Parts: sequence; C-alpha cells; structure tokens
Amino acid sequence: MARTAIEFRNVSKQYANTSQYAVAGVNMCISEGSFITILGTSGSGKTTLLKMVNRIYEATSGEILYFGEPIKNLKIEEYRRKIGYVIQQVGLFPHMTVEENIGTIPQILRWDTDTIAKRVDALLELVCLSPRDFKKRYPRQLSGGQQQRVGLARAMAADPDLMLMDEPFGAIDAITRQNLQEELIRIQRKLNKTILFVTHDVSEAFKLGDKVVIMHEGTIQQFDTPYGIIAKPANEYVARLIATQDIVQRLKVLKAQSVMLPVDPQVSDRAFRVGTEESLHNILTYFLEHDQNHVLVEDSGRSVVGKITWEQLKVSTRQGKILSA
Amino acid sequence: MNKGLNMFTYLLKYYDQMLILLLEHLYLVCLSMLISLLLAIPVGLLIARSKWLSTAALSFFGVVYSIPSLALFSFLLPAFGLGKMTAIAVLVIYNQYILVRNTVTGFQSIDASIIEAGYGMGLSTKYMFFKIQLPLALPVILGGIRIATVSTIGIATIAAVIHAGGLGVLLFDGLRMNYLPKILWGTVLSSFLAYLANHILLSLETKAIEKSRGECRGDTV
Repeated sequence: MARTAIEFRNVSKQYANTSQYAVAGVNMCISEGSFITILGTSGSGKTTLLKMVNRIYEATSGEILYFGEPIKNLKIEEYRRKIGYVIQQVGLFPHMTVEENIGTIPQILRWDTDTIAKRVDALLELVCLSPRDFKKRYPRQLSGGQQQRVGLARAMAADPDLMLMDEPFGAIDAITRQNLQEELIRIQRKLNKTILFVTHDVSEAFKLGDKVVIMHEGTIQQFDTPYGIIAKPANEYVARLIATQDIVQRLKVLKAQSVMLPVDPQVSDRAFRVGTEESLHNILTYFLEHDQNHVLVEDSGRSVVGKITWEQLKVSTRQGKILSA
Repeated sequence: MNKGLNMFTYLLKYYDQMLILLLEHLYLVCLSMLISLLLAIPVGLLIARSKWLSTAALSFFGVVYSIPSLALFSFLLPAFGLGKMTAIAVLVIYNQYILVRNTVTGFQSIDASIIEAGYGMGLSTKYMFFKIQLPLALPVILGGIRIATVSTIGIATIAAVIHAGGLGVLLFDGLRMNYLPKILWGTVLSSFLAYLANHILLSLETKAIEKSRGECRGDTV
C-alpha cells in the first residue's frame, strides 16, 4: 500500500473581496507515485487547489498534509525545495544559462560543483535535450517547447518527491505538446514521482492521469480513474464535460479488459491477440487496417481471457450502459 | 578667430580657477546623486509592491519635478540658507522623480511568472532580490541614474545663483560681465561633463541589458 503523499482535509479558499469560495471543502488523498490530473474549466478552482499545495496561496480553512505533516508546520522554503513546480509561462530566469537555471536549487542546497554538473547533464538528457548543445544557452535562445523541457528539468533538479504542474503544456503547439505528454508519462513511470497536473484539456487529463480529479465551482465533482469516469460519470456536469471529448479520444482511455466478452478458453483461434491493457483505440485501428472482425484478449501469462468483436466495440463506444454493467 | 584666441588665453590665465569650479561642480553632482540614490532606491522598492501607493507617490514627485529650479532654490533658501546645502537639497528632490519612477518600473516590469517560479521553487526573499530581481531591474534603474545624472549636471549650474559654486559661476559671471569666453567655457565644460557622464553610464546600461536578457558577445541567435 503506497503512502499518502498529499492529503487535503476540508480545504477551502476564499480570495479577499469575493463572496464565493474558489475552493470549497475539498477532501482528497493522493498516494505516493500516482499521476493525478486536475481537470476543470477556468474559474473551477483547479489552479487554486494546486497552488495551495506549495503555499503560493494559503488555504482559508482546513489543512493540507505532506506525508502526514501539516504543511503549515514546515519551513516554507525548505518545503518548497522538495516540490518541483512547473507553470505554463515556464518562468526561466532570462539572465542565467540553462545550466545555471537547472542548478539553482542544487547550488542553494550546497551540492558540490561536480555533482551539480553531472545532475544537469542527466536531467537534460532525461528531457531529450543534448547537454553539449543546450547547457550554455540562454532561455531566449530556446523555442517554447525547449523552454518547457528546461522548466521540467529545473523542477526535477533536487529530485523532488512531488511535482506540481499548472497547465505546463498549455501554450505549446499540438505536436510538441503530444511529444512532451508522452515524455512526461515516460519520466513518471521511470522515476515514480507523485504528480499533480492541472489542465483544462479533457484528452490531456485522461491521457496522463492514473486518476482524474474533476473540479467545478470549487468542489470535486469526481475523483476516479479515466475509465471509472467514462463508465460512470458521477453527475450531469461530469457527463457533459466528457461528452465534449470526441469518441475516438474516449477510446484511448478504455482498456480491452473493460469491454471484452467471455470466450471458451479451449477454443484456439488464429485471431490477432492483444493484452488486457490495450486501448480500444488501438484495437479499432487494427480493425480498420485489417480484414478481421474480432481480436482475442490475453493476460500477462499469454492465455486467452476474452475477445472483442467489431460489434462489441461499436456498442462500447456508446459509453454508459454497457460499460457500467 | 579673435574669440577663439580669447578663449585660449582665458584658459591659460585662469585654468586653476576653472579646475576648482569643475571639481566643485563634480562634487555637487556626485554628492547629490549619492544621497538621491540612497533615498530613491529603498523608496522605489517599498512602493513598487502597491499599485495604489506607487501611483500616488509618483504623481507627487511628478508635481515637485514640474516646479522651476530657480523657484525651488529660492523656496528652500529660508530652510537651508545660501550655499551648497540648499543646492544639494534641490538636486536630490528633483532626482527623486526620475529615480523612484525607474526603480518602480524596473521591478514592476519583471515578468510575474519569473517571480512565481522563483518563490515556488523555494528561493528565499533575499536570494530572489539579489540574484533575480535586481539583475533584471538593473537596466531600467541604470537608465534612471543616467538621465538623473545628466539633468543634475545641468541644473547644478543654476546653483551658482545661491552661491553654491560650480560651473554655473563661470556662466553667470560671464553673463553679468557680458564676457563671452567665460560664458563659452561654462557651457563647454558642463556640456562635456554631461556628455561624459551619459557615455559612461550608457555603456554600463548596455552591459546590464545584455546581462539581463541573456546575451553575450559573439551571440548569433
């Protein structure tokens, strides 16, 4: 059982001179190593929720715990140094080279020069920038996507347990964004960081998050896996929100095992086999590219556990009834 | 030709007095710039945090700045008397508008995301000020110092009227005696001083701009 990295206990935030709560009574536990996306429209309180974690904003009431410790009791600067913080506008220091930007916190933590240099190289390689070419550059000599890669590297410099990301790819073109999303997933799998990631993009939230928090008017509407949300939207709002996502996108979060039909395990079939975790999107692609009307689903032990037919796939895409059955 | 010769003979004859007046002028300018900076930078920093306060303070300094210098000299005479004290007080008061405004603008023009990222990653207020905010605001502050210095060199000539000395003595004596070489030397020397100060401070400013933007020599991008 993973430890709880962050716990919200009845957290509310009301800004000065407003009558409404930006965040109202949020309770939530985030376990270590999970990738949580916070999804909502502007004004939903998603960014406020995120920024209360590193105390850019202070909660009006309630408390937030970091590995069981109320964050109010922690020394603010030391606490923040344990958290990687990435924002949409990146905020690189323009008068410092890439190397100096990334090395800022390690330097404050008094790592020796050699260790810092090695760390900078390793981080640049992790975010797919060649250290030799990029380390001596200044931020203005980088493209938007490269800047955000450096921003990501800088946030991870002191090997934080927790990463807070506020629409980090919001200002980046679609193709670069897709690359960055995939790299972030890869980095998260590799380093097992706990990530809180705010976005207003439904597909991004569903693609990245192990679990998705849906915020609306300062409260959590639903906190579940992407599949759980598509299968059983908690309320009208969530149903409407996910309906804005196109059907093909939705297939990307649905896994083979969630819709497969039972089969007789004895039946040996030459049909194409997919894993239980395979997305319906890939299966659809297979159907479209090959003259087949079913695939077999096999578990990690390579034994067949179910099948998906063309008909079944069509039914499944009309989310709701079948999925929740 | 004749006048040029006059100027030359005047220089040969009175170079020691001229040097004293030049040094006096430099003293007035340097001392009032020093005091001005010691006041304006903290004031600018203090009011930069509040939009309301900075607008109010800058309007006030703006009004003061619009008072003609002769009027301000005579206005402060009862308080500080004749001489350098009053002159320096007036020069310091004038400088506040330019210096405070540029300090405020310098700090307020830093991209908010840089500040948020800095604090968010756990930088201390002191580190943020000296390593991030000051280097980024420096070009604008230096620009203010440059303009203030040049204008101080000019206004300081008028301080001769209240017996504060400096190059203004040459100018006003020349005017009173209708003696051209004196007027010309006063003009040439104070213009030269202003030009030199502008040149030196401009090169510092350019360096600060390059530094704050992350440019370096041989930069091709």
